[in-house]
Order: sequence, then structure tokens, then C-alpha cells
Amino acid sequence: MYAYDEIDRTLVNERVSEFRDQVKRRLSGELTEDEFKMLRLQNGVYLQLHAYMFRVAIPYGTLSSQQLRRLAHVARRYDRGYGHFTTRQNIQYNWIKLVDLPDAMADLAEVGIHAMQTSGNNTRNVTSDQWAGVAPGEIEDPRIWAELLRQYTTLHPEFSFLPRKFKFAITASAHDRAAIKIHDIGLRLHKNAAGETGFEVLVGGGLGRTPFIGKTIKPFVAGRDLLSYVEAILRVYNQYGRRDNIYKARIKILVHELGIEKFAQEVEAEWLEMRDGALVLDDEVVEDIRSRFFYPAYEKLPHMPDELKKAAHDAKFEAWRKNSVFLHREQGYAIVTISLKPVGGPPGDATAEQMDALADLADTYSFGEIRVGHEQNLALPHVARRDLPALWKALDKLGLATPNVNLVSDIIACPGLDYCSLANARSIPIAQELTRRFANHETANLIGRLHINISGCINACGHHHVGHIGILGVEKNDEEFYQITIGGRADEKAELGHLIGPAVPYGDVADVVEDIVEAYLALRAQPDELFVDTVKRLGVEPFRERVYATR
Amino acid sequence: MTSPLQQKIKITGPSIVTANRTSDGAVIYRTAAKDWSTELGRAAIVRAADEARALLAESVADDLGAVGPYIAPVELSDGAVKPGNLREQIRLSGVTIGLPVQA
Amino acid sequence: MPLVKGGKITADTFVAIADDAALPEGGDVLVHAARFLGDPESFLRRAGKTGVIWPNNRDVDDLVPHLERLAVVALVFPSFRDGRAYSQARLLRERFHYRGELRAIGQVLRDQFVFMLRAGFDAFDVRKQGDAEAFAQTVKRYSVFYQPTGDGRITALHRRMQLRHSESAGL
Repeated sequence: MYAYDEIDRTLVNERVSEFRDQVKRRLSGELTEDEFKMLRLQNGVYLQLHAYMFRVAIPYGTLSSQQLRRLAHVARRYDRGYGHFTTRQNIQYNWIKLVDLPDAMADLAEVGIHAMQTSGNNTRNVTSDQWAGVAPGEIEDPRIWAELLRQYTTLHPEFSFLPRKFKFAITASAHDRAAIKIHDIGLRLHKNAAGETGFEVLVGGGLGRTPFIGKTIKPFVAGRDLLSYVEAILRVYNQYGRRDNIYKARIKILVHELGIEKFAQEVEAEWLEMRDGALVLDDEVVEDIRSRFFYPAYEKLPHMPDELKKAAHDAKFEAWRKNSVFLHREQGYAIVTISLKPVGGPPGDATAEQMDALADLADTYSFGEIRVGHEQNLALPHVARRDLPALWKALDKLGLATPNVNLVSDIIACPGLDYCSLANARSIPIAQELTRRFANHETANLIGRLHINISGCINACGHHHVGHIGILGVEKNDEEFYQITIGGRADEKAELGHLIGPAVPYGDVADVVEDIVEAYLALRAQPDELFVDTVKRLGVEPFRERVYATR
Repeated sequence: MTSPLQQKIKITGPSIVTANRTSDGAVIYRTAAKDWSTELGRAAIVRAADEARALLAESVADDLGAVGPYIAPVELSDGAVKPGNLREQIRLSGVTIGLPVQA
Repeated sequence: MPLVKGGKITADTFVAIADDAALPEGGDVLVHAARFLGDPESFLRRAGKTGVIWPNNRDVDDLVPHLERLAVVALVFPSFRDGRAYSQARLLRERFHYRGELRAIGQVLRDQFVFMLRAGFDAFDVRKQGDAEAFAQTVKRYSVFYQPTGDGRITALHRRMQLRHSESAGL
């Protein structure tokens, strides 16, 4: 991971001091809530149903074991002993007190963790592929560029009061695990015909009330020009994005209203004025950032070590290995996904004890590094294959070895009405019930890869629009109802799901999902045709018939 | 964004004013004694739009003590005050799911 | 509302003139953009300096031809959350090389002073007396800046380069 130096640490500490002063002025009455609200949001502090919620940044989803332990400490000391990992690679604490926040931030600052700009109308956490740096076939580590963007966007004086929030995501793999097409700016790192490294730049992706898939604004921007080009986009948005209506204020609306060609022209005109200015990224600067990223000294290890051969007789271990262990760019190593979706549990939560234990496991088995994915699971990115059996035993004891990664019970859900003041309906109990219905691993494997996404309201923090099955909580006559969509996807073939019919009540949702799955099993062309491909082939109609025949 | 005082106030039954406490975010209810309580039983109950507006106005004026006051419905049964919808039920009794650890 | 300039509260020689009010004989005046552009020469002929209040929803391009003769350009923050004037400020300073006083007006609050300075503002029509008094203290909050603006401060990226070079030079 990136090693903060004294310069980075100074900035984080200065931010904590500033926030401490702002809290003091709020509590003395010198600042009204109207003046304070945007300031606290810019430090990740929300007010939710029961309490304040604190959203802490995990830049591009990378943590050291020391940092994970400190996250556990905050959960224990200032909250109720657990945290929630989000769809933007951040962590949220749900019960934190305003008076405690400056101290919590100071504790986090000591290990280089901050909460800057995790909310507010500014540029948010730059997210990436949780397998960055270790995925086979990756062009280069996108996190170098994510870190350059993080620094560039942090406390940017021109862009701290945008019309609305602004989210970046970056990938360097053909298979997009970072969902770049549903971000305000999506970046695909690749090499052009001349072998130069650069970015396809997409703009205007986003979900919520008016979902859009991002459009390519420029097929190739050289690495050297990344920051100046981003600045041009942000400047056009800052000046022309709507400020009269919060539902029309995202850049996706501006791009839609101008059209991508006109928008691209505006950005190009602005960019040409500044492209050779102070934002040029010369090789030396990029190399300096690259040099601060830690890469393990991998050993030369066999792909099939004895430990693995011996453990192959253990059916439970094998079930987990086949599900949660992924190919690594280095022979003899593996990427291990840690499922935070236990049967009956709230998706994406981890207790302080689990976090501490996982930090120890990371030290022993993963060179002290952990990753956070937008699907609300964690990963250990550098595990030697010979260590898999021992690691599994330890994870299993901690409840972190549910072999359901990418399967029907690996559900992405927002906190919903149990926590969130924006929600219309609950999402977590729906997820819990679904994990119980599909708890059988044979069944789940039979079904195959199937992403269910649940959002408690149209703000779509659960990314329901791009779920293979999407579930959206709405309110009807004071009761919780849910709209169901199918056929969405968030990867390089991103598309929005299609509504199958009228909203169904809370008590029916799990039955409806079972009906959809049964329809899929009956209709699929062969066992390895994925759910999302069957929907593409057949459309919504056969599923609608099945679900609404008796409703 | 319209201030809560400028929004049209419609009361469909007995209602209260609720908010979150500034220092720690705790759920609080406006009492008849011009202060706040964490107990729903001590909330001032209003039954008409202008009563509600007045209660809301004095609550909003306490910018130091409370964040985001708004009017919420209640149910009265057997002389006890109960939350009038699921959202207020959750605010009063907490999340409907088991927490990963005992609070 | 106190004017802060040069880091401290200063008397303001400029008087804002309403669109339908007559201009005074002498003295420094601040007028709205449309009035100024209606007859720029008449303003610039006066004894006394001219300042223009430029709206935050209009490109600064139309003001650029007159910049050299203006003593003050005032940019507007209708709400502190409306950040359009930051872009206008940077363009005026960095692209169009405006050297006169660049004044922030509107809901100008303490917690945005650093951003405003970095964007090129050098005068602040501060909303609250307490904030104006705390100006000098507030601008010392940050010593590290990640991104370049026209304020001349070295960015973190380049400070690292400097440190690297001086290390390798054995300094």
C-alpha cells in the first residue's frame, strides 16, 4: 500500500485540528447547523435515524494490518463494536457521537486514515479494483494513478463546492471489478497502439433517480495529461452544472442535456488552455508515487504445494477453495476473498474482533495487506497457496469463510431504513432472509454467479440498477414495498436492469426472488449460462409471467 | 431547500416534534416544557396544524440543542404514546435486525 | 460587514451603488456588471476607482477587455455552498492575469478563507465580525497543499521532488 510520508500526515493532522475547531464552534453556537452541516459532511459525518454516522475513507480499497486494527479500535472505543463496509470501499460507523469525532479522527490520523470528502458536494473516494496490483493480466497497478488523483482532489480549492457529489473509479483490467461505467468519471487504464500508457475517460455514469451508463468522452488521454484533463472536466461541471435542483445537479444530467459531443468540446476547449501547465505529470513525479507503494518480495513457489494436495480430501475446505480463492499474477500465490455475507447476517458488517483477527491473519499470510471490495467483501491479496488450508481453518472459526462469493447469497445491500434517514424501506432484513432461503451451498453453486443488489431508496447506494436482480425499497401507503428489476450489470458490459412488474410487499420479496431463480433454472440454455445471460437472451417476459401468475 | 417552517404542515392525527441531539445524535422529542427528552412519553402532543407549526418553530429555534426537527405522527392507545409509523418505531427502539455484537 | 485585506480588517473605500442610483461625483464605486458594461468608458473617466460586481452565473470573458483598468473585481458567493466563484477567480488570476483586488462577497465565512486565498482572492467582505477577527489565525490552518493554483505555493508532489534531490545531493 501507499506509505504516507510526513507531508501527507501533516495534511491529515491539519484537517483534524480544523474539524476539532469546527465542532467546538458548533457546540458553542458560533456556527449554526446550516453553516456546520456542509463542513461536517466534508469530513464524512452524517446524521442518520438514531445517531451520527461516520464514513471513513479507504482509498482505492487498500489497508495495512495496522490500519485495520485501528478501524477496530474506533469501533470498540467510540461505537458499538462493529463497522460496515460500503459499495465505495469505505467503512461506516453508525453510532458515533459528534463530541467524540475529533478524537476518533485523531486516532485514525495516526495510522494515515482520514475521512476527508467522503461526503459533501466534492470529489469523493477514488475507488478501484480490489485486485489491483495482483490481478493476472493487469496493464499496471491502477492504484498509482488513484493515489495521484486522491492527492489532486483532496481539499482542492476550486472544486470543494461543486453542484453535487463527484465520484471517480479506475480499472486496469479487461474485466471491470470497479464498476467504472456508473461513476461520474470512469477511467480505464490501457496502452494505445503506440504502446503508451493512458486512459479511456468516461463521464456521466451514475445511478439514483436518473441512472445513466457513462459515455466515453475521450478514448485516450496520456498519463501525463490525466490531471489537467480531469481539471478541465471539473471546471466545466463546476460552472455549468445545475444548482437549482438537487435531483438534476450531477454531471450525468449536464452531459445528457448538452450531449456528449458538445460536452466533450467544452472540455477540450478548456483543456487546450491548460494542458501544458502546472498539472503535467512528468515521469519523475509518477515514479515517486509508484515508489511509495509496497509490493511483497514473493518467493518462488509451486502452484500445487503438498499442503494443498493433503487438504483436498476435506470437502468443506475444497468448497471454500473453489469458491473464494482466485488466480494471482504470481505463481504459487492466490487472492482470497473474505465473505462478509454469513447466512442470516447483515451484509458487509465486521465486528472489531473479526477486524483484529483478520489483521493478524494478514500479517501472517498476506504481507500485512487487506483489500476492500465494492461488493462489500474483503480480500487478502498475497496469500501463498501452501497457506490456504491453515488460513481457511482460521477464517472458518471467525465466521469469515462462507463459500458464497459471487453467488446468490453474496448480496450487496445498503443500510436501509434500519439506519438511514433517506430510506423508504428496510434492506438488511430482506438480505438476511434471502441468505437463509439460499443457505444451501449446493443449490447456490447450481444457480451459479448471481448478484443481488438491494437499495432502501432511490438514491441507490446498494446499486440496485446494476444488479442481476435489483431490489428497490419504495413506500406505498405507509408500508414497505419493493420494485424488482432483472438483467442489470456493473462490469465492462454495464447495463441497467428492467422492471419485472408492480412493486411487491415486504413479506413477498424472498418468495419473488425464489420464483425468479426457479424460472431461470428452468429456462437456461445450459447449466453454465449465467442468470444475467438468460435474461439477455429471453427478456423480462418469462420471468414476469412466473412471478405475477399468482400475484 | 425549503425550511421546515415554510413547508406546508398537514396533520392527519396526533403528532409530535422529534429531532436528534446535537452532541451525540440521540433521538429526542420536544416536550411541553420547552425542552427535549429521549422518552416518547414526555413528548408534547399536537392535534392541529397551527399547534404543530408553533411547536416546530420553537424547536427549530433551538439550533444549539437539536438538529433537524420535524413533525412525526404518533398513535395513542391505552393512554400510551406509540410511534405512528415504522420509521419512528425504528428511531425509538433501534434497528430491527440483530447487531453483530451486543450494544 | 468588515472588509479583510492584507490579512486584517481594513476600511473599505468602495461604495456599492444600486443600479438605479446616480453615481457620486468622486470616490471609489462598486457597480454591477450590466451597468458597467452598458457604458464602461463613463466609469473609467471618473475620478475615483471603479470596481465591478460580477455574477457567478456568467462567464468572465466579457469583463476581460476591461481588467487592466479596474481596481476591484468582486465575485459572489450567494451561498457559501455555491462554488462557481472559485473557478471565476482562478480564471481571472491564472488565465487572464488580473492583478487588481479580487474581492469575495456574499456568504463569506471563516471555513472557506483558505480555499478563497488559494483561488486568488485577496479581499474578503466577511459576514461575521468574529470570522474577520480570526482571519490571520485561520489562514495558518494548512501548510500542505496537494494541487497547484496561482498562489505560488509549492505542491506536495514537488516538495517531495525537492527533498529527494537535496537528499541525493547530500545536502
